[in-house]
Amino acid sequence: MNKNNQPSIIVEAKELAKSFGNRQAVKGISFSIQQGECFGFLGPNGAGKTTTIQMILGLVEKSAGELLVFGEKIPAQLKAIKRQIGVIPQNDNLDTDLTVFENLLTYASYYQMPRHKAGVRATELLQFFALDNRRHEYIRQLSGGQRRRLLLARAMMHQPQLLILDEPTVGLDPQARHLIWQRLKTLKEQGVTMMLTSHYMDEVARLSDRILVMDQGQVVAQGEPKQMVSELVGLDVFEVICSDEEALLLQTVASDCQARSERTPDGIYIYTDKDCAELDRAIRPCSQWLRRPANLEDLFIKLTGRTIHES
Amino acid sequence: MNKILSVSAKNMFRVVQRNARVWWKYKIPSLVGNLGQPLLFLLAFGLGLGQQIETIAGLTYLQFIAPGLACSAVMYSASFEATYGSYTRLSTQSTFEGILMTPITVEELAFGEVLWGALKGLLSGLVMIAVMPLFGLWPSPWVACLPPLLFVAGILFAALGLIMTALATNYDFFNYFVSLIITPLFLFSGIFFAVENLPRATMTVVKIMPLTPVVDLARMFCYGTVKSGWLMQIVILVLLAAGASWLAAVLLRRRLIK
Repeated sequence: MNKNNQPSIIVEAKELAKSFGNRQAVKGISFSIQQGECFGFLGPNGAGKTTTIQMILGLVEKSAGELLVFGEKIPAQLKAIKRQIGVIPQNDNLDTDLTVFENLLTYASYYQMPRHKAGVRATELLQFFALDNRRHEYIRQLSGGQRRRLLLARAMMHQPQLLILDEPTVGLDPQARHLIWQRLKTLKEQGVTMMLTSHYMDEVARLSDRILVMDQGQVVAQGEPKQMVSELVGLDVFEVICSDEEALLLQTVASDCQARSERTPDGIYIYTDKDCAELDRAIRPCSQWLRRPANLEDLFIKLTGRTIHES
Repeated sequence: MNKILSVSAKNMFRVVQRNARVWWKYKIPSLVGNLGQPLLFLLAFGLGLGQQIETIAGLTYLQFIAPGLACSAVMYSASFEATYGSYTRLSTQSTFEGILMTPITVEELAFGEVLWGALKGLLSGLVMIAVMPLFGLWPSPWVACLPPLLFVAGILFAALGLIMTALATNYDFFNYFVSLIITPLFLFSGIFFAVENLPRATMTVVKIMPLTPVVDLARMFCYGTVKSGWLMQIVILVLLAAGASWLAAVLLRRRLIK
């Protein structure tokens, strides 16, 4: 697909929109995913992330705009496009009637992979995802982490160029998550392009080169995550638990220090770009406080709000 | 229409293969489930009731009902597979969702499911024909025409089942299909009595029901008593099967692609 040695664009959406009856799920979004990058696709529940992914897979038909994958148009070239895509769906849809190994073989057959080649590939992937000893077990005998790894192995059977990861580690214990992150990093080093959605900001920060934040069907911001955090949130965050009077005082001090602050039910959050001695002094008497580097979660909440607004 | 014309047979067979792989694990209970009822009917009615009935159209009662029961086995196997089986893959197991993430299209999936249902139906029908000699029934050479006929019937009933699946919101929905369509077809399609003896109005209704020509043709092929017009009946069945398959694919697309 890389025609002239420049990093080519794998996914390109222009004013892409989707309505379900009167409800506009995606309201004209534009973005592009470059070859070899991990693109974090963020937003609260109902923001339109999964709808966008389903449009890339042809499971939802767009209402307006343009969608190009590997430079080819959807829906016209859908079949050819899907040969190059691997998906880890949000809902585990492994074939429960089949064993681990049969799941991989059957999936490979949907891509018309020859049986022998599929067998070799499946064995390789089961080793890579530490599932080799589960080969002949049925899906219900697997743990959550094993199922997720099998979903990954399944998505990689046909050696796709684009991997779509829709909340790949949801509900997993820390060990299982770390194992998956490690494998995803290896795949990225091998040049696989990734589109990642996740509500775990630490996961997004670890894996993504660029992110896009969606809210209520629109793109709120996109860019390089570290840069976005420092530009839009700041350098450090003070999480303070204190009385109302103390919080009011801190609010004034913060604005004197040109720091943004946000009241919480039991205190205040202060986002700073630089050290400020007055602020340090004013915080000290408070019952509990914590100073930590600003992160993606702060950015996410700043962009999409602290309240829940599911449609 | 375009989507239907661009169906790849290879992709369709992958769907069949997937179902066959699962079926192979449960083949014994599956066959018992599909063949228990028609065989018991053959015993109870053919051997039991048959002793008290004179011949019908020159056939003993056992001879008369055996081909029709083979057809009913096809109908039950195919339509149950495409309703309860397909609906499980569509809903609780998310098998369809998984398949549609690959290059397989909804139409290939739909036709694969119909073809699979038809093959299961055909198998049940063939087993029924194969056991006929055990009851002292020896078919004519025309019996060679039976497998294609049963296969077309399988396509028709699997497609009808898949139409129901595409419309179903839960398993209870299939009660309409079974009670209002399948059971009446089983009872009134001329398996157990000669349609020709019915009052004229009733006969017209019975003759346009889709299992009636299947039963009629099956009986002709079994005993070599082929009447004129059989080819026309087959053409109509093929058209019905094709139409139902097309509708199943359209409805399944509407159900799965938003």
